[in-house]
Amino acid sequence: MTKETLAREIRMETEAAGHGAIAIRGVGKSYRTGKTEFQALGNIRLDIAANEFVTIVGPSGCGKSTLLRIVAGLEEASVGEVTVDGVAVVGPGADRGMVFQGYTLFPWLTVRQNIEYGPKLKGVPILERRAVSNRYLRITRLESFANRFPKQLSGGMKQRVAIARALANGPKVLLMDEPFGALDAQTKLEMQEALLDVWAKEKTTVLFITHDIDEAIFLSQRILVMAAGPGRMIGEYQVALPAERTPEVREHPDFLKLKRELASLLKHKEA
Amino acid sequence: MMHAEKGHGARQEAAAGPKAGGGPRAVAGALRKPTRRHRIQIFEDIPKRGFAVTAIVSFLVMLAFWSILSYGNMVSRVFLPTPDRVLHTFFDLLGTQAYWHHIGISVFRVSAGFALACLLAIPIGLIAGTFRFAEAFVEPPMEFIRYMPAVAFIPLIMVWAGIGEWAKILLIFIGCFFQLVLMVASDTRQVSKDLVQASFTLGASRWQAVQTVVIPAVQPRLMNTMRLMLGWAWTYLVVAELVAVNSGLGYAIMKAQRFLNTDQIFVGIIVIGLLGLFSDRIFAFLNRRFFPWV
Ligand SMILES: Nc1ncnc2c1ncn2[C@@H]1O[C@H](COP(=O)(O)OP(=O)(O)OP(=O)(O)O)[C@@H](O)[C@H]1O
Ligand SMILES: [Mg+2]
Repeated sequence: MTKETLAREIRMETEAAGHGAIAIRGVGKSYRTGKTEFQALGNIRLDIAANEFVTIVGPSGCGKSTLLRIVAGLEEASVGEVTVDGVAVVGPGADRGMVFQGYTLFPWLTVRQNIEYGPKLKGVPILERRAVSNRYLRITRLESFANRFPKQLSGGMKQRVAIARALANGPKVLLMDEPFGALDAQTKLEMQEALLDVWAKEKTTVLFITHDIDEAIFLSQRILVMAAGPGRMIGEYQVALPAERTPEVREHPDFLKLKRELASLLKHKEA
Repeated sequence: MMHAEKGHGARQEAAAGPKAGGGPRAVAGALRKPTRRHRIQIFEDIPKRGFAVTAIVSFLVMLAFWSILSYGNMVSRVFLPTPDRVLHTFFDLLGTQAYWHHIGISVFRVSAGFALACLLAIPIGLIAGTFRFAEAFVEPPMEFIRYMPAVAFIPLIMVWAGIGEWAKILLIFIGCFFQLVLMVASDTRQVSKDLVQASFTLGASRWQAVQTVVIPAVQPRLMNTMRLMLGWAWTYLVVAELVAVNSGLGYAIMKAQRFLNTDQIFVGIIVIGLLGLFSDRIFAFLNRRFFPWV
């Protein structure tokens, strides 16, 4: 193999490895509490293509957050491994942004400073940082709150800042743990559309968790259904809706059909 | 966030007011602002004026109690001087240069001992609170030493540092240092782990997480701890000045005792109290000034 072809191969590999393909290989997680061992996750296998939008739905306590935290590198899998673009996950990193289930804004930073946190760590110059934070303040419609502290915001606003903060860091993979759970219906719809917009532009891979079946169908290309005891996948649905998701999609017969199917599967499982 | 919640609670309470007041009376006085059922509410804020008035009343109660005991001759005036006598002596003493010298040297000793303790204890406490290994290394011995009374070190300190300025500073240092390390470590452990994890997912290294999350997050609690510790520093100062000195407020108190000048003892105690109150207010002010986000 000549030097040139080798160089080209390496380039091709790094190019392919730039979009956030996730592979979850036989991941399990058990917690020890005293003498008893609790298995939170069974043997999870899942491949997510680069730039795919995948949603996980499932009853409370089935291990959705646990799985997401393992992908984020915040928790270690008991067995199995996760790779992103072929590289094993050994800890958290900027390539996998996360929006947490609870509020995790830095209370000593203003809204703008929270959003600029990631870029600032990377050493992005101030003017560029300003441009980035302006952009995400606009998307999340928080411009007029840029200089407020988190304690001065409502719950839904805080969650919007958390989303803006994750996006502003330009991650390859965006992990979102019920990000819109605290929002009112109207804001929720707006944020969903904004998220799809950003996703289409930024080409990030999104792994999204929700309880809301409508939300799952509206947003995703693929939906996975989880069940507890131990946490495992019990269903997988391709969402065969137009790529361009407009509000009318919610009336689409396929949308309604899928909604019925998911609802019955979840209900069946919980009963 | 605390405030937002408080505000919310107050609104709910107000909304529940008319319903609770209920009945025909509420209809008749529809324009009147409904009064709350209870004035004393768990954790709820009270008006600033109400707070100040209550505080003043508390001081007046103390003063009244003292007056009854002394003016009523219930206790000999040799043991308990009257308030006006103490006030008189207070201004007498503060009019002399010697007393200001005592105050100055005492303030210097407290500041030096306390600053030294903070300088060493805060970094150690931060590290012990952040890393479990450091905790295991630092805390058990500290816990052990903490229970040794600082006063018991006096003879040892005199052997080590003689009876000069360093001896006083060292005693205050020993009194504060070990407690401070443990308290700072405990403050640090209370920093939300979620915030640290959030910083990791935004690309922070461990060192950056300490710099940009742990340290800012712990600061308000740290200020509060220092404020508490400063009170202790004043206590150790008096102990330090009881032995082998010829200056400082503790010495002034000891000298007054020798001549049974209880009014001067009272003045010494009150001056220390005022200095403590003053430094405490400074810390409280700095806390509000620097941490508006709390
Ligand atoms: N640190 C821990 N120690 C012990 N058990 C844990 C721990 N963290 C999670 N679990 C358990 O693992 C299971 C899965 O938790 P997880 O938070 O992943 O659920 P979830 O699907 O995200 O639920 P929800 O929809 O309510 O957020 C739960 O039964 C929980 O009790
Ligand atoms: Mg969860």
